[in-house]
Amino acid sequence: MTKDEIRAVIVRRLGDIAPGAELDGLSETADLRDALDLDSMDQLSLLGGIEKELHVTVPPADVSRLRSLRDCVTYVAGRLGVG
Amino acid sequence: MSEFLMPSLGADMAAGTLRFWLRKPGDHIARGEIIAEVETEKGIVEVESYVTGTIERLLVEPGTQVPVGTPLALVRTEGEVAAASPPAQAPSAPAPPLPAVTTTPLVPPRRPRVSPLARRRAKALGIEAEQLAGTGPDGAVTVDDVERAVLPGGAPTTRKPSGVPSPSSPAERVAAMRRAIGAAMARSKREIPHYYLRTTVDFGPALAWLEQANEKRPVVERLLPAVLFVRAVALALREVPELNARWAGDEPRPNEHINVGFAITLRGGGLVAPALLDADRESLDVLMRAFARVVEDARAGLQRSSQMAEGTITVTSLGERGVETVFPIIYPPQVAVVGVGRVVERPWVVDGRVVVRPVVDITLAGDHRATDGHRGGLFLAKVGQLLAHPEAL
Repeated sequence: MTKDEIRAVIVRRLGDIAPGAELDGLSETADLRDALDLDSMDQLSLLGGIEKELHVTVPPADVSRLRSLRDCVTYVAGRLGVG
Repeated sequence: MSEFLMPSLGADMAAGTLRFWLRKPGDHIARGEIIAEVETEKGIVEVESYVTGTIERLLVEPGTQVPVGTPLALVRTEGEVAAASPPAQAPSAPAPPLPAVTTTPLVPPRRPRVSPLARRRAKALGIEAEQLAGTGPDGAVTVDDVERAVLPGGAPTTRKPSGVPSPSSPAERVAAMRRAIGAAMARSKREIPHYYLRTTVDFGPALAWLEQANEKRPVVERLLPAVLFVRAVALALREVPELNARWAGDEPRPNEHINVGFAITLRGGGLVAPALLDADRESLDVLMRAFARVVEDARAGLQRSSQMAEGTITVTSLGERGVETVFPIIYPPQVAVVGVGRVVERPWVVDGRVVVRPVVDITLAGDHRATDGHRGGLFLAKVGQLLAHPEAL
């Protein structure tokens, strides 16, 4: 799996969580909570999607590291050993 | 014979439109079973039966808007004898026959996507959502596809027949919801003498406990702070039951069930506050599953009548990224509402020393006709004590 594939999964999940959001223009570094108006339930859904589709379980202590789209991709890629 | 009425699903509902009957005359129905779908300004509501019995007649046709309290059906409760003669000219529509679903897979390149709401709706209607032709993004099966499939003569891609209300546009729904919320809140502010109390609680023990508890759980079973607040409110209400009440005529009537409504913001505008039923009796895990489900349903525009009609208090949490303190407005006919602010780090005195602690403001708006600030204060203090010992929640 490549970083682009990881990114595609995460973006698709975000699309399910925030239907109607403009994901094409989503900044790589914007805080997802602000950019997409996500609440804690939405964040949990995103983590659930990452666990289900990418088989990476984000421990509670790491959740705060996944703020932006780039953070998410970098974190998952790191856990999967994808360069 | 019992009349099944258009339920009042909150102070902001004057009328509802019957969308579908899910049961037909002659069907046995159990209390709590979903028997119809009603559309209100706040979305689609699955209406549960509040009696056990047999449907004798359906009185209202799908597509009809009727005021709250209008009889929708006649139900013969258990023990009653069937009507001597069959109902003549029942103005009801017979339950639509289930359509023949496609039995040959369309050889999809991958498993068809089905929205969670569509999947549940399909299950309720006894059809396979996966076998419908989807009209959503990437061919996803939407709830509309499911609904079309069960209409008389409906095939997955046929047009909607007349008689069934077509959903209004999103903008119209938001405007209607805004009017409904405005009417309920104007009534609340006009009629209810609110008093407001605030307490600040050290949320450190709860956060530490949550992190530890979640460490062992898969993501889908993790607990959110919201359920700790709901649970603490529910348990505190056992000690101050007069806050867990609804107006019945001229008097506030404490409720034997503690059904905590939780205000959920909807994308696109508006909010709903479905209740977590018997929140004092359920474990945190059960509450979390119920919470996740009502959030998902609410955001999909679907609610259950019991969750909408039986709330006995409401919790509103605006604090995740926003304000430190919430001054909420009571949702009639309830007599109290709890506001939860943002968890922030503040200097805090522990054993005579100033330390930095995560703290949260919890507020209570109470109806002064039902309770006094003294009792409200005891309630908030109890909530704080409960949150200091999350392991006991």
